[in-house]
Amino acid sequence: MTGLAVAARVGDAPPSRSLLPKDARPGWRRLWLAAIAVLGLLLPFMVNGYWLATAVFVLIAAIGALGLDVLTGRTGQISLGHAFFLGAGAYTGGVLGGRYGLSAALWIPAAAVVAGILGGLVGPTALRLRGLYLAIVTIGLVFIGQHVFVNVSYLSGGPGGEALPVPRFGRLNFATGAHVGGLFLNRDGLYYYLALVLLAGAMVYVSNVGHSRPGRAMSAVRDRELAAAVLGVDVARTKVTAFVLSSMLAGLSGALYGSFLGFVVPTQWNLTLSIQYVVMIVVGGMATVWGPVLGAAVVVGLPALLQNVSGSLPFLATGTNNHGVLTVSDASAIAYGVFLIVFLLVEPRGIVGLGRRFASLGSWFATTRQEKKADGVNTD
Amino acid sequence: MTTFAQLLFAGIALGSVYALVALGFTVVFRATRVINFAQGEMLAFGAFLTSWLVLSGGLPFWLALVVGAGVTAGIGLAFQALVLRFALGRPDFTVVMLTLGLAAILQSAIPPLFGSNPRANGDPWGASALHAAGLVLNWVQIWSIVTAVVVLVAFYWFNRSHFGLAMRAAAADEEAALAVGIPLRRVFAVAWALAGLVACIGGVFVAGFPSTLDPTVGNVALLAFPAIILGGIDSTTGAVLGGFLIGAVQELTAGYQPQYLSWLGHNFYLAAPYVVMILVLLVRPYGLFGSRPAERL
Repeated sequence: MTGLAVAARVGDAPPSRSLLPKDARPGWRRLWLAAIAVLGLLLPFMVNGYWLATAVFVLIAAIGALGLDVLTGRTGQISLGHAFFLGAGAYTGGVLGGRYGLSAALWIPAAAVVAGILGGLVGPTALRLRGLYLAIVTIGLVFIGQHVFVNVSYLSGGPGGEALPVPRFGRLNFATGAHVGGLFLNRDGLYYYLALVLLAGAMVYVSNVGHSRPGRAMSAVRDRELAAAVLGVDVARTKVTAFVLSSMLAGLSGALYGSFLGFVVPTQWNLTLSIQYVVMIVVGGMATVWGPVLGAAVVVGLPALLQNVSGSLPFLATGTNNHGVLTVSDASAIAYGVFLIVFLLVEPRGIVGLGRRFASLGSWFATTRQEKKADGVNTD
Repeated sequence: MTTFAQLLFAGIALGSVYALVALGFTVVFRATRVINFAQGEMLAFGAFLTSWLVLSGGLPFWLALVVGAGVTAGIGLAFQALVLRFALGRPDFTVVMLTLGLAAILQSAIPPLFGSNPRANGDPWGASALHAAGLVLNWVQIWSIVTAVVVLVAFYWFNRSHFGLAMRAAAADEEAALAVGIPLRRVFAVAWALAGLVACIGGVFVAGFPSTLDPTVGNVALLAFPAIILGGIDSTTGAVLGGFLIGAVQELTAGYQPQYLSWLGHNFYLAAPYVVMILVLLVRPYGLFGSRPAERL
């Protein structure tokens, strides 16, 4: 395939702020955002404990997916090493918050910073290696990471695992729940709002980066690296920035995930986890802010949904892996694979792209109506 | 000295298995310029199917191996015919992601179909060994070396045949290959079928004594990545040499590291190939034998 064809295809996912097409009227966009915000804020009072916990996992995963999207979706660097950075964040939380008993106001940002530093150390390999080579080296990162997590028990608790602390901000103790403004929020409710706030902040930040000079440099590097360099983009700096930002968000997500789970073991930071994050950004829609969130909802929500309905589906089992038994986790992993393939072939811009198609279908109807009216045709 | 020779033999046996696995990657890469991230899972699937045919189906080992390799080749063929043909001309990124999708599906299809408990790979040799000159040479290791040599020689001839030439042309430039009348889809289909075939054979030997077969066997194939990277993905010779090199590094590390470099931790030999790979790549970004692609605007 020629270079030009590649450039044209890779570039066909333009960054955009929302699900709505660019020509959607700002009033409608504001209305949509307000509706999503209200829904997001009220959700803990609308669902039961099972779905609240699922929602927390979705929000936490969305932070990590947003990070991977910065690197893979926006900068075009295929990374299968996201699990390593998620793990690094979790263990930072475990050591600083658990063993040294620091406040959550310290260990949560520290998890992001430590993972970011590791990303900054790994990033330079991306300067020399491109595409497939980078993907393989990042796989190596996962294996080396697992080796370190198993063997350096001082950092990770060894193969037996590490307990992570529950966040505590002064008097606001997540373990016991708290009264906030007259409403009682239990542990999961507090986690939900913490993750929601952090995710919203991360989305705004990534969106702003995407629409500013570094973000345009990232797209240029993704679309055609050599051309970007010729145009004066500092390729090295752009790639390392993307790596650092991506792994910071992964570290943040990993620390929250580990803390919400309460306990992490080295084997969970494996390649399968990395692939799940890849599925999130592809299914949701790459180089968009909402794509990773929607993708996280699909990837995290699907097993939760299957678990919930497994009683009424005879072919699905909740028990352990066995011959002739399709477990929920296997069924969802098969579904991830199918989603990945179908979306890549049919709608490479993911769910966000599907949303845009529907939205532009609506505006197409609206404009044809207007044109017909202008032509004096009776549309009734 | 005996220890060294013993470790070296184990390293060569392991390396020949890696060379087989690496060959599967190179076949696809040479025709399509894409790394098949599902190779490991195709390998696992083929090995499980062969084992199941022997242990539950009662087939003789060699017949089971032929059937298993055939079915795995069929999976590769089907993936090309049902999925990849629609991605012709798409960027590498898309194709890589598609192979990851296949990997996810195959990986999760194994436990429901064959169970997830470790099982024997079904070969007739088990732990039997040839004792010679103070060395213990396991039959499965000897046979894996023989098989690897046979497959590699066959592949060498195939590569020089008319079809092999078409494959190389397809890899060099898809459009130019189409323009001179090379049936791209058929070339790609053959490449994927061959990859499946080699995957199954490699998988059966990966799971030979002293290993057993369990669903994580696909990860072992990921250890072939350092092999192909060290050799340079587009070089078959390089892949084979890389395979033997990584096999030797791994066995020697397993043999000596606990004694001399114990601070590196338990089972360091599992991570050692990756450490070697990253060090080599930092110095030579396209592998030891790979060629640096020219860039055009």
